[in-house]
Amino acid sequence: MKVLVPVKRVVDANVKVRVKADNTNVDTTNLKMALNPFCEIAVEEAVRLKEAGIATEIVVVSVGTKAVHEQLRTAMALGADRAIHIDSDDELVPLSIAKILHAVQLKEQADIVLLGKQSIDGDNNQTGQMLAALADLPQATFASQLNVDGTNLTVTREIDGGLQTLTMPLPAIVTADLRLNEPRYASLPNIMKAKRKPLESISLADLGVTLKSHQQIVKVTAPQERQAGIMVASVEELVEKLKNEAKVI
Amino acid sequence: MTILVLAEHDNQQLKADTAKIVNAAVAIGGDIHVFVVGENCAAVADQAKQLAGVKKVRVADASVYGAQLAENVAKLITDISADYSHILAAASSVGKSALPRVAALADVAQISEVVAVVDADTFTHPIYAGNALETVKSLDAIKVLTVRPSAFDAVSNDGNAEVESLTQVFEARTTFVSQTLTESARPELGNAGIIVSGGRGMGSGENFVMLEQLADKLGAAVGASRAAVDAGFVPNDLQVGQTGKIVAPDLYLAVGISGAIQHLAGMKDSKVIVAINKDPEAPIFQVADYGLEADLFEAIPSLNSLI
Repeated sequence: MKVLVPVKRVVDANVKVRVKADNTNVDTTNLKMALNPFCEIAVEEAVRLKEAGIATEIVVVSVGTKAVHEQLRTAMALGADRAIHIDSDDELVPLSIAKILHAVQLKEQADIVLLGKQSIDGDNNQTGQMLAALADLPQATFASQLNVDGTNLTVTREIDGGLQTLTMPLPAIVTADLRLNEPRYASLPNIMKAKRKPLESISLADLGVTLKSHQQIVKVTAPQERQAGIMVASVEELVEKLKNEAKVI
Repeated sequence: MTILVLAEHDNQQLKADTAKIVNAAVAIGGDIHVFVVGENCAAVADQAKQLAGVKKVRVADASVYGAQLAENVAKLITDISADYSHILAAASSVGKSALPRVAALADVAQISEVVAVVDADTFTHPIYAGNALETVKSLDAIKVLTVRPSAFDAVSNDGNAEVESLTQVFEARTTFVSQTLTESARPELGNAGIIVSGGRGMGSGENFVMLEQLADKLGAAVGASRAAVDAGFVPNDLQVGQTGKIVAPDLYLAVGISGAIQHLAGMKDSKVIVAINKDPEAPIFQVADYGLEADLFEAIPSLNSLI
């Protein structure tokens, strides 16, 4: 069976971004970019499904400028078989991304679409769910374990109070939580091999998707800075401060 | 304008988050309806109708809604969405799963984790792990929002709304198998006034008992960093951070937590932050109101005996 893994290029998780002086957006120029960590987990899970003899082909897809080729190559170095780049210069809301992915899924007819649960830039946590709605497919969000049994999928999800297990027929949409797996590192030979794997670029027009404008950014501001407080010398002093100064205990 | 608020509940108890989301609806302005979807959830509807400012409670009580599966709950909400200008839910696991489906079915964008209402069309939400706040104006006919409960105070319980039953039944292909919930007598993380959190520095799951004892003395909830969860010290539903729970208690006590960007995203709106860490360079000290450079294995027992 085929697994489709949408991946996103984002600012590296260890970089602290700054807001532009004119408050129009965050400044991402010259920042280190990487594969979104949750997408990496989704790719790893797909590769494990292939290693287990369940998946036969892994297709990765990303929407953005040509720069996303870098992340698609990374995904292929991790084990994806081929990549699709949907060319778009615009900052797209998750619904627009979901519409694009739906068009890709209609072409690819994957049995499982495996996404990260959220991207660490927009922090929206929407795309997988929206794709599931557009494709009218069952969804399993925040997956920490998944088992494929014939044409059924059993997924353990991380929910607010603990864990929940659901089962659903394939095809289905799954979004990966942090605890689904530990992604591997790409080896140098695999990075070299990934350069020869097929990467197809498709324009939005060729994909036949028309998007509309849903929102406009009014401003982007820095959150209020928290000032460092004081260092106390002892536990006694800490308790005294919490009781009499902060009055929180 | 009429606003729909999806109730957060476990079929027996209305969760405190709902009263906070209703307050976000009050800030938008208009009639407020609370929607209770579940199975044998009449008690929840009873609690929901007491929320101040709520005009109507609509209840869909059917066995297919028992597990509040995103698939059919979203279809149900979409079925009544034409009555509403705004659809709100808590940014909880249920809200985050179901609402984007509602938005997609309505062909509108969703704004996630709203922390401030500017006006009926304009909302502020954090991006980049809380390192920037984005204010966006929605151009869509229906505004679909998940709301961060910690950013709003709860409304009071002196209302008396009318209750209406809905009978639409939508099936889901997804089947609920089981769930395991973490049992705890302590307050829920999201609603606790005090949170005691442990990180990698705790060393082991057994050592968390120290924090639990301290938490019990303070009437606090216990939280954890990702490192502590990944190391298997505590279950993942205790994780505070960008991908875990977002909390804003009166007092947040970070013990053996370095203070990575992703952890700070979940707790830096706490009123008072205390850090206990033996590394004076730990980033957590840059946001802590009170810092104590000490070995937690000495500091926590003495803190325990002093409180």
